[in-house]
Amino acid sequence: MSASGTITRRAFAGGALALALGGKGFAQGFAGLGENAEGFAAVTPGKPFVFPVDHGPHPEFRIEWWYLTANLSDAGGAAYGMQWTLFRQAMTPGGPSEGWANQQVWMGHAAVTSATTHRFSETFARGGVGQAGVEATPFRAWIDAWEMRGLNDFDAQRVAPLELRASAADFSTTLRLETDRALVLQGDHGYSRKSDRGQASYYYSQPFYRASGRIVIEDKAVDVTGTAWMDREWSSQPLAADQTGWDWFSLHLPGDEKLMLYRLRQKDGRENLFGNWITPDGRSTEIAAAGNSIAPTATTEINGRKLPTSWRVTLPARHLAIETTPVNPKAWMGTSFPYWEGPIRFSGSHAGIGYLEMTGY
Amino acid sequence: MLRGVDLTVATGESVALTGESGSGKSTLLHLIAGLDAADSGEIALAEIIVSGLNDAGRAELRRDRLGLVFQQFNLIPSLTVADNLVFQSRIAGRHDATWHDELVERLGLKNLLRRYPEQLSGGQQQRVAIGRALAPKPLLLLADEPTGNLDEDTADEVLHLARDLVVRTGCGFLMVTHSARLAATLDRQVTLHAGVVA
Amino acid sequence: MRRALWILAVLLSHWRRHPMQLATLLIGLISATALWSGVQALNQQARIAYDRAAATFGGSRTAMLVSRDSATFPQQLFVDLRRAGWQVSPMLEGRVQIDGRSFRLLGVEPVTLPSEVGTAPAVGRGTLQAFVTPPGEMLVAPETLRDLARKEGERPQANGMSLPPLRVQAELAPGALVVDIGIAQDILKLPGQVSRLLVGKSKTPHATLDSVAGDKLHLVEPSAESDLERLTDSFHLNLTAFGLLSFFVGLFIVNSAIGLAFEQRLPMLRTLRACGVSARMLNTVLVIELVSLALVAGLIGLVCGYFIAAALLPDVAASLRGLYGAQIPGQLSLKPVWWFAGIAISILGALAAAAASLAKAIRMPVLATAQPQAWQQAQRRWLMFQSAAALAVFAAAAVLIQFGDSLIAGFAVLAALMLGAALILPMVLQIALAIGQRSARAPVGIWFWADSRQQLSGLSLALMALLLALAVNVGVGTMVDSFSRTFLVWLDGRLAADVYVSAASDAQARQIKAWLRDRPEVEAILPGGRADTQFGGAPIEVLGLPDHSTYRDNWPLLESAANAWIRLRPGDTCLVSEQLSRRMKLAIGDHIELPAPGGNWPLEIVGIYADYGNPKGQIAVNFAALTRHFPQTPLTRIGLRVAPDKIAPLITALQEKFGLDDRNVADQATMKRESKRVFNRTFSVTAALNAFTLGVAGIALLTSLLTLANSRLPQLAPLWAIGLTRRRLAALELLKTMAVALITALFALPLGLLVAWCLLAIVNVKAFGWRLPFHVFPLQLIELLAVAMAAALCAAALPVARLARMQPATLIRTFVNER
Repeated sequence: MSASGTITRRAFAGGALALALGGKGFAQGFAGLGENAEGFAAVTPGKPFVFPVDHGPHPEFRIEWWYLTANLSDAGGAAYGMQWTLFRQAMTPGGPSEGWANQQVWMGHAAVTSATTHRFSETFARGGVGQAGVEATPFRAWIDAWEMRGLNDFDAQRVAPLELRASAADFSTTLRLETDRALVLQGDHGYSRKSDRGQASYYYSQPFYRASGRIVIEDKAVDVTGTAWMDREWSSQPLAADQTGWDWFSLHLPGDEKLMLYRLRQKDGRENLFGNWITPDGRSTEIAAAGNSIAPTATTEINGRKLPTSWRVTLPARHLAIETTPVNPKAWMGTSFPYWEGPIRFSGSHAGIGYLEMTGY
Repeated sequence: MLRGVDLTVATGESVALTGESGSGKSTLLHLIAGLDAADSGEIALAEIIVSGLNDAGRAELRRDRLGLVFQQFNLIPSLTVADNLVFQSRIAGRHDATWHDELVERLGLKNLLRRYPEQLSGGQQQRVAIGRALAPKPLLLLADEPTGNLDEDTADEVLHLARDLVVRTGCGFLMVTHSARLAATLDRQVTLHAGVVA
Repeated sequence: MRRALWILAVLLSHWRRHPMQLATLLIGLISATALWSGVQALNQQARIAYDRAAATFGGSRTAMLVSRDSATFPQQLFVDLRRAGWQVSPMLEGRVQIDGRSFRLLGVEPVTLPSEVGTAPAVGRGTLQAFVTPPGEMLVAPETLRDLARKEGERPQANGMSLPPLRVQAELAPGALVVDIGIAQDILKLPGQVSRLLVGKSKTPHATLDSVAGDKLHLVEPSAESDLERLTDSFHLNLTAFGLLSFFVGLFIVNSAIGLAFEQRLPMLRTLRACGVSARMLNTVLVIELVSLALVAGLIGLVCGYFIAAALLPDVAASLRGLYGAQIPGQLSLKPVWWFAGIAISILGALAAAAASLAKAIRMPVLATAQPQAWQQAQRRWLMFQSAAALAVFAAAAVLIQFGDSLIAGFAVLAALMLGAALILPMVLQIALAIGQRSARAPVGIWFWADSRQQLSGLSLALMALLLALAVNVGVGTMVDSFSRTFLVWLDGRLAADVYVSAASDAQARQIKAWLRDRPEVEAILPGGRADTQFGGAPIEVLGLPDHSTYRDNWPLLESAANAWIRLRPGDTCLVSEQLSRRMKLAIGDHIELPAPGGNWPLEIVGIYADYGNPKGQIAVNFAALTRHFPQTPLTRIGLRVAPDKIAPLITALQEKFGLDDRNVADQATMKRESKRVFNRTFSVTAALNAFTLGVAGIALLTSLLTLANSRLPQLAPLWAIGLTRRRLAALELLKTMAVALITALFALPLGLLVAWCLLAIVNVKAFGWRLPFHVFPLQLIELLAVAMAAALCAAALPVARLARMQPATLIRTFVNER
């Protein structure tokens, strides 16, 4: 399922951290995810997930993230997108130290997207002093004034209800997220394999959120409602060293089915397809790579980079053949580790909305 | 001051402009050369209306058509005789080496070329000044009391040289002088009296 | 083009025949450019150093939050503010002693450090982990590494622990040690404490400060200038003022040289016009000639300026270090813009100096007209106009003294005084000469005075230059001597102990004190200590003075309440330095709250003392009270009273016993010598520029006189003709020059004293925060007067000697040419 997709996002996020924290440069920033994880815990299949504990941080693993994207629309039907992400990376292995000696570094990304504008912001913090962190009970993930918080009747199995807020110089957002369905394990019962060489992560999602709230862009407030999708993923070495980037989709299909799908690109030009098909009752099935394809149909040039912002996705076994187009092709995240992330629409055999993330371009 | 003065100087002809002090003879010369501007009226030189020219035009007229010789010689003290001789023809862009050599020869300046004006006698200085004025082969040579600072013998000698060269150059020669004796040595005499040709 | 080149060649031939004139013109331009660009190079050099200092985190270019009532505050406030949306980054500052020397330790948090804080050490990429993970890294400037006599990677000891390994960071300011904030908290023994929060520029919406931090913190707005820039402004303004003065004096020379050349070349210009060169062409070529000369002189001037700057730099650096603690590298590095500016100033200066001559050339008729003899009338009009302007300028100065309250205003008063004096000088001379003329009986005497008056307009520019140079010399000389006298007396009081010891650590200090107590020759052991804190938004020092007669009897107080020393004992009163009292408008009897680690320390002011040369404000308190309120104060400084003949052996014994070197133990005489050396270097730049200015003024006078000498022949020739010998004429000429120079010099003396008063009473107070008593040094005045007259004599000698030896023919010729 979307396990690998989330991995990619997280992976990139981790890469950004690695860069900001002193990765050896852009090319390796990513490879930071593929760096040797010696001293950190390894991801192995068959882990039993325990909630709410696993909503909290796993400092024995090198990287981890709490990732939320939302497809929203205002009263007039205009489409918006919103992203809220908190990344954690450990500089050195070992139990977390007190105060400034704490080896965790946190990075937050937030963005709002409409057809005409895309605003984003990032912030960094060191662990140990309270500027950023995640607590499982009561659930709270924060960095600076950005926060994702469980409300009074929080249910760990549903990861809901949640309240979420972020603000930057030129935008801000608050959302309330609710659902009556349980979270979903991605990959193989939460074990998400990224390569044949053992790279993997733990990965679960909550793709069934109903979202409502407000987006403010340049002091102009818009009340919005829609759907949201949360990914949780942690690992010590999620990517192989020769993997250069990914294209990740989270799609809300008709009939409340969900599809998480991503493609990992390799230096030698080969690519691997991973994904999970999620039924409305929360059953999550891994998608086999054979016979399926995702391929770009149009590109957008942003800051001298060519980004494939429109795609054709075909899963013959599932009778799915769709074309995706971005709500705003310029949804570029010009952060320390830059990437493309924004809401999309799709049509064809199925029609709906979703989110696309592309890294390594 | 000057009224209806009409002067004609033919090619190779030398004309003396005489008159008592204050008769306007120097002023006339200055007006012709464009050194001075008339308060009113018109100065015509051949087909050129001198009084209608601006400063640049008058400068061009002096550069390309006239040669001027003054009582004070007006050599440039920081230039050698050789340089004083050539600089007007150089500025006019009409330097002619053969003519220059001939001038040096005829004016007898051969041995003085490397000296500075202050090392020359008055007669020698005036010969350099005549050479300078004639080097660009002007149409008209104007001289304002050229011998005023010279003794009689030297004056005669310088004037003689000037006349020879004027004939050789084929230009006209108009000399202002208060000396009737010197005026008499030229081809024609014109006397100004109170601003009118007498 | 060829025509222009020919005309240029003709014009230039003049200089070949008058090489001295060319030399004068070039010297004027070169000295103007050299002094100006030399001073600019020094200023630029210093500014680069200040930028470096300001870039070391939390210079005043960044807005910051500081505690209202103590030196440090809990870092939880940092977290709370971040959580409320504030883009703040914590910083902890303190001092550490390494090998007995004190360094500024800065703890920074690289992850939140605002990007605009400047050349943050290359934390980030690759090195963050090494920097923040214990043992971390200690970033230092290359100069600091040299001062420490350590290599990269070594770990100096301080506060009983090993500091992080040293790593060089070229952009850092010298003297600062930069470590991670967590490591700084360990070293300074201030866990969970920060000194201030740097506020980033990004405008993220955030809660109000009060709602998060109550009244604990207050925001200090960024200032465009760094602390050092503000502190050193006066010094650079001073340098610039001198540079400007020299530049103008240099232009006086250029002006007179060009004026002379123009006069002499008038016949040449007329001849050129008569030979068919248009006025426009001639003027164009004249400008081209001037610009070419300015270009050549500008280049030479720049090279000279470079050498002047390089020669003065060590002194400037020493001054700035001594006065403000600013570290300037000794190596001169110049930006390309400096070269362009230098050339430009040379050309513009030359054009300005030649403006009058060029304007005359443009208006020049081809035919020489009879000389107008109405000079007297023209001169009177000119005098009246100048004098009126002078009075206006004086009025402006008076207004400025009354209402101006800034350093700039102080310098403006000075500038106005000088400008006004220069403008009114011709009138002063005119009146003096008129009085002389009235009192003269003999015809030659009357002529002497009358002719001097006629010469005035030609000489006045040079005399103005002389006046200004002299006045500045008197003013600066008086200020320096006043300062010197005050400073030395003050130093005697301040350095009251006989031997000063600086131990490497508190533990060593205890051992030393124990050992000293058994030495009979030691009459008293005077512990000392110094702490740093913030007061009124600026860093200040708190000095601990032991309760001992050495201080009571010697320590110089400018003002004090009754029994000030006795009242100091309980620790609830303090003395404040003059600088601080002026800046904060503190007076005796005022109560202040001094931020200390344990909370505010209320103090009553019982005295004000001079603290010359200290860029920081200072407060002196009882030593025991200081250690109570600032427990972290290093106790490594010890003063000793020792019988005079036992000083040297004691120092040797101390050095041997405790392995101290000359930097750690010194006797009073050495300290004084060192202080005086620093003091003298402080003013050596001023003295050098002073000498330059006077020299340039001398040259200006010489060139003016040379210019005049030629044009004056027609005036002298008739006198010669009626029977005055050339020798007599020459003697009269010399006498006239000396007379006007003397009047000028005598006028310069009171002006100079006024300048000195301005410097002491206005500029110094604004610039340094102290006011010095005004002393007049008559010997110095006489000396300067003599120098001025000698300069005038030298300048007049050459033209006068020429006149004395002049061929009669030359004099005769003036009659012939005069028509």
